[in-house]
Amino acid sequence: VSARSRFPAFLRQDGRKGIRNAVLVIYLVECAHHVARRIVSEVGDHQVQLIGFPGCYPNSYAFRMMEQLACHPNVGGVVIVSLGCEGFDRDALANAVSASGRPVETLVIQHNGGTRTTIAAGIAAVDRIRAAAAQVERTSMGLNDLIVGTICGGSDGTSGITANPAVGHCFDLLVDAGATCIFEETGELIGCETVMAERAVTPDLGEAIVAAITKAERYYAVLGYGSFAPGNADGGLTTQEEKSLGAYTKSGARPINGLVKPGERPGQPGLYLMDVVPDGDVRYGFPNIADNAEIVELIASGCHLILFTTGRGSVVGSAISPVIKICANPDTFARLHDDMDINAGRILTQSASIEQVGTEIFEALASVAAGHSSRSEELGHQEFILTYKQFEPSGPHCLPRHVRPVGRVT
Amino acid sequence: MTEKRLAPTFLLLDLRDNVLISAGAAYAGMIVAIDGRHYTLAQDIALGHKIARTALCLGEQVYRSGFPIGTVTQDIAIAEHVHAHNLTSNYLPAHDRASDSHNGFGS
Repeated sequence: VSARSRFPAFLRQDGRKGIRNAVLVIYLVECAHHVARRIVSEVGDHQVQLIGFPGCYPNSYAFRMMEQLACHPNVGGVVIVSLGCEGFDRDALANAVSASGRPVETLVIQHNGGTRTTIAAGIAAVDRIRAAAAQVERTSMGLNDLIVGTICGGSDGTSGITANPAVGHCFDLLVDAGATCIFEETGELIGCETVMAERAVTPDLGEAIVAAITKAERYYAVLGYGSFAPGNADGGLTTQEEKSLGAYTKSGARPINGLVKPGERPGQPGLYLMDVVPDGDVRYGFPNIADNAEIVELIASGCHLILFTTGRGSVVGSAISPVIKICANPDTFARLHDDMDINAGRILTQSASIEQVGTEIFEALASVAAGHSSRSEELGHQEFILTYKQFEPSGPHCLPRHVRPVGRVT
Repeated sequence: MTEKRLAPTFLLLDLRDNVLISAGAAYAGMIVAIDGRHYTLAQDIALGHKIARTALCLGEQVYRSGFPIGTVTQDIAIAEHVHAHNLTSNYLPAHDRASDSHNGFGS
């Protein structure tokens, strides 16, 4: 794989390019979940995927996220399943999908004769949307068209010395090749704000990063504890800042070009931090109730692919964008190798270097971008979580227009 | 009498660090070499867990990869396990399964 490698892609009307051509079946309230799930399971095609929002109350964050997901470059068409009386604005969502040049159909259970008839109508709608989506124009894309996100889940004491720095090296290779990379979970970067601010391309962006981490610390303090699960401690991590330090190494060593919120897209290539902690008072509980909520936010900001590092052993994948799993802990890899794409534990057991494993991740990523299935795709993982949140739009300092050229931090 | 076994590698991630990270399961009674001197492990140390590289006093900062990761809550001897019983966050408290799930609904 070189910086000039090309791979096949799907061309969307807005000029963005996708590495998959998924058809989404979207339920707009939990009451429509069963019907939507049955449509997807009856069709039985890995590229026909179920996503949805459970709540009946409208929420502008959830709408914006759903709009970005339904118009994601990896998505070729959409079937919306509404109960009928929920708060979600189904017409606005359908209009947004239609305006993006994608085929879309809406089914309203209350107008369609109920469960049985809506499932039948939905299966027929998916067939039509699939056929229309298959007509999309094909093109090719390079690494400079790719947006890659990274997340860690089930971290332990090995994450910060094997898988995370290896992903950091992969991120450096990607940024140098002109790709866009996003790392996240400001709540899991508490303690790293000063070093991150020093990597920001402008002083104002550095201040915005520190403010985002301060917000995260305050938010988690109100909730009573940080983003630290019992398994983290079983695996040898003792404090939030120790976990943060390990998580931070996923970001590599390049300058930080901007700070985005979920659903906001980086305008130009480079490295970005995602601020996932809601603005304003603590209202809807934990910022992200589980890893997949973060994955969905990365995808809503345009990520084609997700690099997921795990120590204890997460098995998840995602709807819409392939997840590549990098296992930090050699003992976990031995137990769960069928779920893992990369064994970063070799850094401990076989003296592999961080650079070797980072290059291996880079090559696996290029292969999955070119159409090969990741392990989680192969196993049919298509997890999805979307819940209530609130955000103010990012300020002008978060995406500086005039920045110094991307290059090594000196 | 069984021969005392050498523990698997403990990693020093940064020269400023006062803890070492276990690179493989180590068990009580094993011998570990720290900065040229030998110590006997008093506890089992699982992969990814930390032991003290130096004697640590109450209130002292613990450094991993050159960064502070918390404050010592009771004196720690060289080669002793460093974890939640003797190290606490400078930011947010950690939680375990027992602290939350038996206290009614949420807390």
